[in-house]
Amino acid sequence: MVVEHLLFGQVDGQFSDDDSFLEKGIIDSTSVLELVSLLERQYQIKIEDEDLVPDNLDSINNLSRFIQTKLQQAA
Amino acid sequence: MPRGAHVKAPVCGEKLGPVKKRACEPMCGIAGLLNFNEPADPALLRRMIALIRHRGPDATGLYCDSGAGLAHARLSIIDLAGGRQPMQTEDGSLSITFNGEIFNYLELRAELLERGHCFRTQSDTEVILHLYRLYGEDCVSRMNGQWAFAIWDARRQRLFLSRDRLGIRPLFYSVTGGAFVFGSEMKAVLAHPGVGRALDLDALDDIFTFWCRVPPRTIFQNIRELPPGHSMSVAGREVTVWPYWQLAFNCAPHAQRDSADRLFALLVDATRIRLRSDVPVGAYLSGGLDSTVTTALIRRFSDARLKTFSVSFDDPGFDESTYQREAVRFLETDHQEILCTGREIAAVFPDVVWHAEQPVLRTAPAPMYLLSRLAASHGYKVVLTGEGADEMLGGYDIFKEAKIRRFWAAHPDSRIRPLLLRRLYPYLPELQRQSNAYLRAFFRIRPEDLQKPFFSHVPRWELTAGLKLFFSDQVKSALATRDCYAGLEASLPPAYFQWDGFSQSQYLEASYLLPGYILSSQGDRVAMAHAVECRMPFLDYRVAEFAAALPPPLKMRGLNEKYLLKQCVNGLIPRSIKQRAKQPYRAPEAKSFFDGSPYDYVEELLSPERLKQDGIFNPASVQRLIQRFRNGGSGSIRDNMALVGILSTQLVIDQFIRSFGKRSGYGNT
Repeated sequence: MVVEHLLFGQVDGQFSDDDSFLEKGIIDSTSVLELVSLLERQYQIKIEDEDLVPDNLDSINNLSRFIQTKLQQAA
Repeated sequence: MPRGAHVKAPVCGEKLGPVKKRACEPMCGIAGLLNFNEPADPALLRRMIALIRHRGPDATGLYCDSGAGLAHARLSIIDLAGGRQPMQTEDGSLSITFNGEIFNYLELRAELLERGHCFRTQSDTEVILHLYRLYGEDCVSRMNGQWAFAIWDARRQRLFLSRDRLGIRPLFYSVTGGAFVFGSEMKAVLAHPGVGRALDLDALDDIFTFWCRVPPRTIFQNIRELPPGHSMSVAGREVTVWPYWQLAFNCAPHAQRDSADRLFALLVDATRIRLRSDVPVGAYLSGGLDSTVTTALIRRFSDARLKTFSVSFDDPGFDESTYQREAVRFLETDHQEILCTGREIAAVFPDVVWHAEQPVLRTAPAPMYLLSRLAASHGYKVVLTGEGADEMLGGYDIFKEAKIRRFWAAHPDSRIRPLLLRRLYPYLPELQRQSNAYLRAFFRIRPEDLQKPFFSHVPRWELTAGLKLFFSDQVKSALATRDCYAGLEASLPPAYFQWDGFSQSQYLEASYLLPGYILSSQGDRVAMAHAVECRMPFLDYRVAEFAAALPPPLKMRGLNEKYLLKQCVNGLIPRSIKQRAKQPYRAPEAKSFFDGSPYDYVEELLSPERLKQDGIFNPASVQRLIQRFRNGGSGSIRDNMALVGILSTQLVIDQFIRSFGKRSGYGNT
C-alpha cells in the first residue's frame, strides 16, 4: 500500500525497507498527511499529533513497527 | 556566389533611406550562421527566421557575406523606412542583427558624436555598431540594457556575439560539422539541417532538481546557451566564450538613510530610461510590492493615464485582484484584467511549451502567456514589470526560510524556533499541521548542514529531485552516476564560497532560476509569443550592483523582506500593498488538465503507449499519478510538479523531436 501510494508502484529494489522517505525526496509536507489519512483508513487506527515523527513514519520498517504497535494498543 | 569569394551580397535593399526619428526599436528575433566552407544560404536563413517571426512579425531582413549570414525578424513601430536590420556601417565592414534595447543609447550616442562619429539613423542599433568600432568587444561594458546581438566583422572575418548581463534576452547556438549556427530561440537553430534533435538527459536531470538548466547546457544535446553576462567570438572553427560581467556580493557597510535615497534614485533613473519608446508603454500589475512600485515610478514621468494589465484567478488561493484593484485606484491607471481558469491554462499549455522550449515544473508561464496576449490585444508592445526585485533586494521566502533554518539549527531542540517556519507559509495549511519533528526533518535542521554551499536551496532541490522517481529505468540508468550538484558547484565563481549565506542564496536565485526560468519560460518567451517586450527597472545593472553590495540586514531585517525597498517607497504606493504578506505568484496546477472533458493532447501524450515509445518516463507510475487527479484529488506539491513536468517534457518531445515544425492545433479548447 505504501509502495503503491508513495512509490507509484515501483517495487524494483531501488528503495530498501530502511530507506528514509525524506532523504530520498519521495515525501513532502502534504504527502505526509495523505499517508497518515491512508494509514488510518487502511488499518482503522487513530494517529495522534505526537505520533507524527519520522521515527514512526519515515521508512517502510519504521511504518511497519509503528502500525504493529498501534494495532496492539487497539486490540 | 563563387566559393571562397569575399562578396558582400545584401539580400534585401540595404541602402538606408532618409533619417527618420526613431528611438528604441523593441521586440525582434535574430538568427544567423557562419559556414566554415561554403557561402551562407539565404533560403536556410529565411527558414530559420520564419520560426521566430512571432518575435517580430512585420518584416524580415537578411544579410549574407560569403560564409556569414545574418537574419532579423522585425516588429516595426512607426515607419518601415529607417532602422531596418541587419544593419551595416557606412563602409559595410560591420553588420549587426540585434534583439533588445540599449536604454542609455542617447548618452552613448552623444559621446560618440563628440568623438566625431556620424550617424545615419536615430536607432540604438547603429550606436552598438559605432561602439564596437571604437571599443571592440569591450563595447558591452558601456551598455545599459537588454540585448542579444551578433556582429559580423568582415575585416577580421569574425562573428562577435553578446548577451546582456542578467539574461533578459535569449541567445542559443550550435556548432555543427560545417557551421556555427545561432538564434534567439532554439527553434531557429533547430531549423538548420546540421543540428540534431535529441533530448539532453543531463539537462532534464538539472530541471528535475534545480527547476532550471545549468548554462550553457540546454534541453537539446546539440544546442548551447550563451550565458548571461557573456560574449563570444567565432572565427573559422574557433569558438571562444568569456564573461564580461559577474554579479558579486562584496557587501560593505551602508548607512540606511543614504542607501534608501540612493536606491530610489537608481530606480527612478532605471525607469526613466526604460520609458524611451516611440510607442506607448504599459505596465504589468500583479498586486504585489514590486510591480506596484514600477507602475508608481512610471507615473512620475507622465501625466497620461497609464495602461496596466493584470491576471486574476477564479481560485481564491491564487487570486490577488483585491490588491491589484487597490493599486489601480491609488495610481489611477487605465486597467485591463484577464480572468484565468484552469481550463484556459490547459488549453494554451502546448503553445506555452512551444515558446518556452523546455520542460517546466509549474503552470505559471501559462497565465503570463495570456497576459501578454491581453496587452497585445490592446495594442501595447512594451510593458514595464517588477521582475528582479525579489532576487536583488531579498524578497523570496526561500531567503527567509534559510534564515529561520540557520536560527533553528543553532538550537535544534528548540520548541519555539520552528514556529517561525509555520508563520512563513500561511498559504500552505498542510505545513501548519506538521509536527516539529517533521519540520526539522523537512527543512534539514542539522548543525552540519549549515556549512553546505547550497544550504538555502537543498530542501527545495531534494524535494524536486524526488520527481525523478518517474523516470524510466533507461533514464535512471543513464543518470545513475551523475552528480548534478557537482556540475552546479563547478559553475560557481570562486568568490561565492567567501560570501555570507544570504548573499549565496541570492546568487543562486539571480544566476540560475532567474534567467533559466523566470525571465525565459515565464518572461521573454511567453511575452514575445505575442510580440510584447518586457522591461525591468529592477534588473538595471546599476540597481543589481548596488543591491549586491548592500549588507543583508538592509535587504531582510529580521523576517521583513525587501526592507530597504519598502523604506524608500513610503507614500509612493498604498500602505496595504507595502505591508501585505509576501504571496508568491502561483497558478492552478495539475488539476487544470483533468477538470472537465479530457484534452486530446493530454490523453495522447500521457498514454502508456506514447510514454513507452518516448522512453523518458515510467508508464505505469505515470498512470498511477494521473489517476490521483482523475479521481478528483488535488495531489501533493510533488504530485503537481511531477504531472506538469512530465506533461511538458512530453510536449517538448512531441513538438521539437518527434514532429518539429509541424505543430497542429490541439482540441478541447
